[in-house]
Amino acid sequence: MIPSSFTYKRAGSAEEALDLAAEYGDDAKFLAGGHSLLPLMKLRLAAPEVIIDLGGLRDLSYVTDQGSYVAVGALTRHHDVEHSEVLGREVPLLACAAGQVGDPQIRHRGTIGGSIAHADPASDLPAVLLALDATLVARGADGAREIPIGEFFQGLFETALEPDELLTEIRVPKPASAGAWSFQKFTQRAIDWAIVGCAVQDGRVGLVNMGGTPLRAAAVEAALAGGASPADAAAHAAEGTSAADDIRATRAYREHLARVLVSRALTEANSRS
Amino acid sequence: MKVDLTVNGKDITADVEDRMLLVHFLRDVADLTATNVGCDTTSCGACTVLLDGESVKSCTVLAAQASGHEVITVEGLATNGEMHPVQRAFHQEHGLQCGFCTPGMVMAIVSLLKENPHPTEEQVRQGLEGNLCRCTGYHNIVRAALAAADEGKVSA
Repeated sequence: MIPSSFTYKRAGSAEEALDLAAEYGDDAKFLAGGHSLLPLMKLRLAAPEVIIDLGGLRDLSYVTDQGSYVAVGALTRHHDVEHSEVLGREVPLLACAAGQVGDPQIRHRGTIGGSIAHADPASDLPAVLLALDATLVARGADGAREIPIGEFFQGLFETALEPDELLTEIRVPKPASAGAWSFQKFTQRAIDWAIVGCAVQDGRVGLVNMGGTPLRAAAVEAALAGGASPADAAAHAAEGTSAADDIRATRAYREHLARVLVSRALTEANSRS
Repeated sequence: MKVDLTVNGKDITADVEDRMLLVHFLRDVADLTATNVGCDTTSCGACTVLLDGESVKSCTVLAAQASGHEVITVEGLATNGEMHPVQRAFHQEHGLQCGFCTPGMVMAIVSLLKENPHPTEEQVRQGLEGNLCRCTGYHNIVRAALAAADEGKVSA
């Protein structure tokens, strides 16, 4: 399978990437590691006319301890997130989840920013960053702005980013209780997308693949805040979700999995904290 | 567009379509046909090569993205006619049957052992989650990876 024809442009800096995006507008797509966009282009589900390759922007690949939060450059690969000493110490949920994205080859190319900007509800990291209550930094022609992750995912593959904005940094607040986390992912085969996944941090619960966007399990969180046990809170895991029926699972099965995985995640998070 | 890659130590410059995939560049331009196209959907790992020393699936990388970078295919592993330890281990442990997945398996294991020279069996199995084999049931492939790691220990 070969993508439709397009024009390839390589950005040498964030400024150059923004200039190219302004020049080509809606016809252009940013390409980070390419492990979400290229498969879609090969299937002709996406056919951008211009590809702006961000792969050379090594200055957007970093993990730094900023005191109250950890800053992760948008071009940081899953492999580097997984093995980051800072994240392993301060935000083990993110390091652990990054190590379960795809497979080693995919983690050598795919980036955290690409995964977030692609906004696939079946991806692991969007739900993880919801549970971590991260803040995203986007740069446009008029400068940078912060976007709370809760306002970022607007629909299936749709985000709050403007076409000429570039996601540059993910700011992850250091958890109040570093130990109170868990990541659960149910797949048919190791490399598959999650049929359902669940990330827990300090009583916040993110759900993978339970609707058109990555979700917070608000009813579970409310039950926990009201003093419910993990098992009782997890019974609410499917409330407010709109999981798909597809070749991998029925909606009813996904709802069942959500309750089971949230229960396991809350129990594990409790045992760690 | 013009791309310029170092493949198995050799500089290759070519004028290719912007949309050309790395695996097609390797097979059709560089004439290195050991790297197979399997699923073509980033799943099976048959097309695994090293890009700047790390395993990647070359069906999901553009030749343009690899321009200016270094690629190693299974053809580039042997030195002076001597098989690489991972190749030798596949031979000794009978790590293949039909052989279709083998080039990708070997490259994935070379990358794995570079990152973790002394993996446990479980780490090898996890490290190969991006490579499918429909013949062997994986056991001899895992043995080969562990044997190559052992050999590394002896020579280190």
